[in-house]
Amino acid sequence: MTTPDYTRDEIMTVTAARQLKDRAVCFVGIGLPSAACNLARMTHAPGLVLIYESGTVGTRPRVLPLSIGDGELAETATCLVPLPEIFAHYLQRGRVDVGFLGAAQIDRYGNLNSTVIGAYEHPAVRLPGGGGAPEIATYAREVLILMKQTVRSFVPKLDFITSCGFLTGSGARAAHGCPGGGPRAVITDYGVLRPGPHTEELELSALYPGITADAARAATGWPLKVAAQPETLPAPTREELRTLRELEARTREAHSRPVRITL
Amino acid sequence: MELMPLREAIAAHVRDGMSVALEGFTHLIPFAAAHEIIRQGRRRLHLIRMTPDLVYDQLIGMGCASALTFSWGGNPGVGSLHRLRDAVEKGWPQPLSLTEYTHAQLALAYSAGASGMSCGMMPRHAGTDLEQVAGTTLRTVRCPYTDAPLTAVPAVNPDVTVLHAQQIDSEGNVLLRGIVGAAKEAALAAGRVLVTVEEQVTRLTADMNALILPAWVVSAASIVPGGAYPSYAQGYYPRDNGFYLAWDEIARDRAAFTAWMERHVLGVRDHAALLRALGVAA
Repeated sequence: MTTPDYTRDEIMTVTAARQLKDRAVCFVGIGLPSAACNLARMTHAPGLVLIYESGTVGTRPRVLPLSIGDGELAETATCLVPLPEIFAHYLQRGRVDVGFLGAAQIDRYGNLNSTVIGAYEHPAVRLPGGGGAPEIATYAREVLILMKQTVRSFVPKLDFITSCGFLTGSGARAAHGCPGGGPRAVITDYGVLRPGPHTEELELSALYPGITADAARAATGWPLKVAAQPETLPAPTREELRTLRELEARTREAHSRPVRITL
Repeated sequence: MELMPLREAIAAHVRDGMSVALEGFTHLIPFAAAHEIIRQGRRRLHLIRMTPDLVYDQLIGMGCASALTFSWGGNPGVGSLHRLRDAVEKGWPQPLSLTEYTHAQLALAYSAGASGMSCGMMPRHAGTDLEQVAGTTLRTVRCPYTDAPLTAVPAVNPDVTVLHAQQIDSEGNVLLRGIVGAAKEAALAAGRVLVTVEEQVTRLTADMNALILPAWVVSAASIVPGGAYPSYAQGYYPRDNGFYLAWDEIARDRAAFTAWMERHVLGVRDHAALLRALGVAA
């Protein structure tokens, strides 16, 4: 087999971007999701409406923001709304199709931890916390999750449930009256996990070219179920790779540009 | 509204033991005011802020705070706030008691505070562990009309809210433009409002629905160009993302952090001197 002309990070971002349909309204979480959402907007989904929790609605950044509130997001947005409005009038009211999240830990039902490793009162690692994620996970019609797969991050039991997936599975989420549909896919650096029918337990449904199911199992902290015939995901196209690399190069240049203030 | 130098505004309005909200969601973070609070050696503050950001990493690491109410405590896009983590994980330089919410809950708490309500309400769905932790004061109640479960979030009414804004006019009205976060709600919820601004103008040039805090809700204002740096002021200067990236290394180590703060904050007279020392302003 020839060496692929893309990295694992790149195929992960491209695969995540492909999950987004044109004209969907997408609430973008901080970190890895932001690159995938903007790649989608710059390739197959030009009408994708991106909302960041800073209240920037319909934003079209030319470079990736470092924070969720960079000036680039404000300058290229359809409108800016205050924080209480973005959460109450847009998210809680049910105007968001897709929530795109990352986290420090995930369990087999797609519940997420971004609060603490260890006990809450005496944490081994204090993580940033929930921010917008708990409500995005609750209200978005569906949730996409983008995380690198390791036994430390894909764990049998979360230290803390920050954002709900399917809770204990088998309809538990719906029984709690959660309005949104929960996780549709978890995109990792091995492939894609999707909730199984009925149990709602995440199953490995697709793999990147050259990646084995055994390798994905070894990177998971619980006995990972594998679909009968896992799909092999297509490699990134030349156009996707070019767009992503140019976006990242523009971003690096922008983030290293010195700031000058006139007093 | 009284226009005064920042040093006098902080001395007059921010006292030890107060609850203080320095707001501004990534944008318009009042760094100059925070540095003046550090220079004046305030202690036992109850800091309130949706995203503690570098500004609270600095206040916490310099021993100004004993309590924190927040909803997301990281260095956005970079990683941890190391000084916040050190205080929570190891009690350095002193223990920090946490009251932790989600963004939606804390935004609602400010809105309730600004409305004279004792609490705000939101629908209650699947419980997460955040509802169970100590320090969180959420309650579940029933809607009197539908009997649906609601989460009640207690109002937040800071003793003082501190904001940075773009402009103040000759009457003392203050204009905020760009990403405004929960700045308006935090200001109107507070007992006193301090504002730093980029510049004073004769008349604000703003659209009819612009976010303007009328002079009579502002307690004191100070003109501090660059006062949000390394955060930003839309229309004046961009966020210094390079600084946010560099802060990760500075704040990781107690000694390196302390040396940086002594040199750049305690060791300078004011914000203009800090900007010159960093080579940001000529």
